[in-house]
Amino acid sequence: MEAMLSLFFKAVFVENMALTFFLGMCTFIAISKKISTAIGLGVAVMVVQMITVPANNLILNMFLKENVLLAGVDLRFLGLISYIGVIAAMVQILEMVLDKFFPALYNALGVFLPLITVNCAILGGSLFMVERDYTFSESVVYGVGSGFGWALAIVALAGVREKLKYSDVPAGLQGLGIIFITVGLMSLGFMAFSGIQL
Amino acid sequence: MSETRKVLVDPLVDNNPITLQILGICSALAVTSSLKNSLLMAIALTAVLAFSNASISAIRNHIPSNIRIIVQMTIIASLVIVVDQIMRAYAYDTAKQLSVFVGLIITNCIVMGRAEAYAMKNGVGMSFMDGIGNGLGYSLLLIVVAFFRELFGSGTLFGFEILKLTKNGGWYEPNGLMLLPPSAFFIIGLIIWAIRTWKPEQVEQPDFKIHEQHALGDR
Repeated sequence: MEAMLSLFFKAVFVENMALTFFLGMCTFIAISKKISTAIGLGVAVMVVQMITVPANNLILNMFLKENVLLAGVDLRFLGLISYIGVIAAMVQILEMVLDKFFPALYNALGVFLPLITVNCAILGGSLFMVERDYTFSESVVYGVGSGFGWALAIVALAGVREKLKYSDVPAGLQGLGIIFITVGLMSLGFMAFSGIQL
Repeated sequence: MSETRKVLVDPLVDNNPITLQILGICSALAVTSSLKNSLLMAIALTAVLAFSNASISAIRNHIPSNIRIIVQMTIIASLVIVVDQIMRAYAYDTAKQLSVFVGLIITNCIVMGRAEAYAMKNGVGMSFMDGIGNGLGYSLLLIVVAFFRELFGSGTLFGFEILKLTKNGGWYEPNGLMLLPPSAFFIIGLIIWAIRTWKPEQVEQPDFKIHEQHALGDR
């Protein structure tokens, strides 16, 4: 239990997907103008991450690892294409399920769901899971934690940007430039968590 | 000829995928703490981008438009697997250091973005050139960032000592912050500032303008 808690904490703060690994930057910067949309996207990423990381863990352990499917066959080189396939399929299924059973949530998240397929944070989560050899239960915790960390970062940035638009920024820094500096400062703040062990 | 040149040179500064189109900042910044890794990453991305653009353009008239994203994704993923395997075969140590970031080329927005915006509408040769051009624009930024981070962070370039470190009896005390993630954000922000000062037409309009009179009243 303690190890799981520590893994969760690490995934949220110490190894924050957006601020220490630069994952999901495109959407992170493009869709952080308003807090409400940022929360929507953050929740969507968290849900998808929570499903895809364990799903890819099962794929890896049941099909791709050496000697699992057929003796003497190592299919790990097919990893990348199967993970992205799983992610695309999961996002599609999630979209259909939400549409059928939770229309309110679907309407709130609708626009963001297709975008998530190409969000690096999602594929990144699965690849880190592979690289670090997580077990199934660890991969569930890691999926939730990394998704939550990403959501936290984008909501925080949206909060800063809502205030930032009223400030007088030098012409050349207007827009993209000042956002990068802001994200840099946030990332510096998150560095304070590094080295913390629970 | 001039069209080819435009497609090739435009993305370097005038229409840089990172500083202007906000594409593909995703994964790659994490590898910029050393110049060698960034160079390899830049080559990998440029290769994937050029060949994916060319092959998507070659079959663009046969792809049904409602499943085009999946088709593009499959082509890109296969190319990334090829690059990944080549890298593991010939540059194993660097491939290990780049870890997940080679795989993440699949979701790099530049690749999908150019496939969607350029390769689906243009011929094979031009799409290939567009891929190379955008890959170079991306590489340029990556290498500039890596240059500053490695030079000031560890006093070396490509692993050779340029600024003599104090611990080796020299004068330079390395700036540890440069090796940490925040510095990459700062450097990109400053580069954007520099480019936009040089090319003022890229400056974005502010959402809100502070009224002249208020500004004067403050003084």
